[in-house]
Amino acid sequence: MDNNYQHIQTAHCENGVVVRLLKTAGINIDEPMAFGIGSGLFYIHIPFLKLNNAPALAFRTMPGRIFKQSCNFLGVEYKSRRFSKPQNAEAYLDKLLEQGYDVGCQVGVFNLSYLPVEYRFHFNAHNLVVYGKEGDEYLISDTTMEKPTRLGATELLKARYAHGLYAPKGHLYYIKEKGPVSVSDYRLREAVVKGIKRNVRDMLHIPGSFAGVSGIKYTGDKVRKWRDQLGVRKAGRYLGHIVRMQEEIGTGGGGFRFLYAAFLERTAELFQDDQLLSVSEDFGKAGDMWRTSAVKMAGVFRGRNTGQEHFNEIAGLFYEISDIESQAFKRLSQIVKKYD
Amino acid sequence: MEELPQDQSALVGYTRELYYGKDKDGKFRTGLSTGWEVKTSALEVAWDEVKESLMEAEELVRSGKRSPIYYLMVKKLMNISILSGYTGMNRLRVWWHLRPAVYRRLRDKVLARYAEAFDMSVEEIRNLKL
Repeated sequence: MDNNYQHIQTAHCENGVVVRLLKTAGINIDEPMAFGIGSGLFYIHIPFLKLNNAPALAFRTMPGRIFKQSCNFLGVEYKSRRFSKPQNAEAYLDKLLEQGYDVGCQVGVFNLSYLPVEYRFHFNAHNLVVYGKEGDEYLISDTTMEKPTRLGATELLKARYAHGLYAPKGHLYYIKEKGPVSVSDYRLREAVVKGIKRNVRDMLHIPGSFAGVSGIKYTGDKVRKWRDQLGVRKAGRYLGHIVRMQEEIGTGGGGFRFLYAAFLERTAELFQDDQLLSVSEDFGKAGDMWRTSAVKMAGVFRGRNTGQEHFNEIAGLFYEISDIESQAFKRLSQIVKKYD
Repeated sequence: MEELPQDQSALVGYTRELYYGKDKDGKFRTGLSTGWEVKTSALEVAWDEVKESLMEAEELVRSGKRSPIYYLMVKKLMNISILSGYTGMNRLRVWWHLRPAVYRRLRDKVLARYAEAFDMSVEEIRNLKL
């Protein structure tokens, strides 16, 4: 078995799996790079839809996108499969492991015993790497954790067949070439530019008022009304939900904004372009403001600052953040034009 | 590197989480954190809500307004749609089984599917005391 397995820890699970799988194929990019090339940054607040009795919103792109797009833009061939029958999903995974692949698996966290029970909601968009099998146990690298771990075959299968939103249906994915694959500097730059452009499109030009930078204002408008509409307690719970989506393990803090700032910092180095560095600072600022908003939101759900003026303040912050991010993406779209 | 929060959280004893922050030269570095009290209390709020709905569910079952399946569903943090996924029965049917009168007539074969979804035995469901 693979005793020399080098576990990689990242802030976000899917980024981590991408970094891990690419590394196995011989391509060394770090988490912020994977996140940026995969156009990971996003914002959406889906109207009328409630998840766990709270508003449905996300600070990142949809699950699976970062992996697919990173591979596509870097020109790496991958395969992704779902299975209608659990037995087939298990057999297929075993076959890949025997062939020496590291395999990414989508799982639900409700049944993952190595996580603290407080985190085990029915959340199905979690990802981990399976890198081997010993007897009846799978060797697992969950990149959000400090150390690799193990899961019994039954438990892993259960997690791969979790139900609810984003049910994984045994979803697994891996990089076809066993490597070492080389990615030229030119190709990497091209991938970065493509990733940025797609992210600019997602955040600035997505139609509708509830996604991208305008989505942040949409939430701001909602927050302003929540106190009257829902009462302090329920409004507090909604805000608590936003804080968790934004700051919990997996986000790198500040609703993934620090990750994106780190990506632009690396990009600035890659292109030797200080303009990119100053946009990176803007995203760092946005991340700080998200964090400030989290502190304010905590003021509400802890029952300390529950007046309408505090709701207005939070809404105001969302507006400011939206403007900063909108400006930053506009500048970014201008800057990358010269690298076409 | 700038100071990361090292507060008490449910992660302690399991893992620390990775954060991105700036070092003294203004460059991004990664660091580990045990948790941040702001999000710890956000998680507590979520669990308070769960506990509350569990108490409500208990009351509904005791007063004969809902079947024990309803209580177990809430206990396992599920809703009808998730439970429908785990049992392989459609949502309308699951909803129907949340009525005490319907539940009492349920055959063991059907109940076994709930037992599996809730990770318990049919007897345990039948003998559930609230």
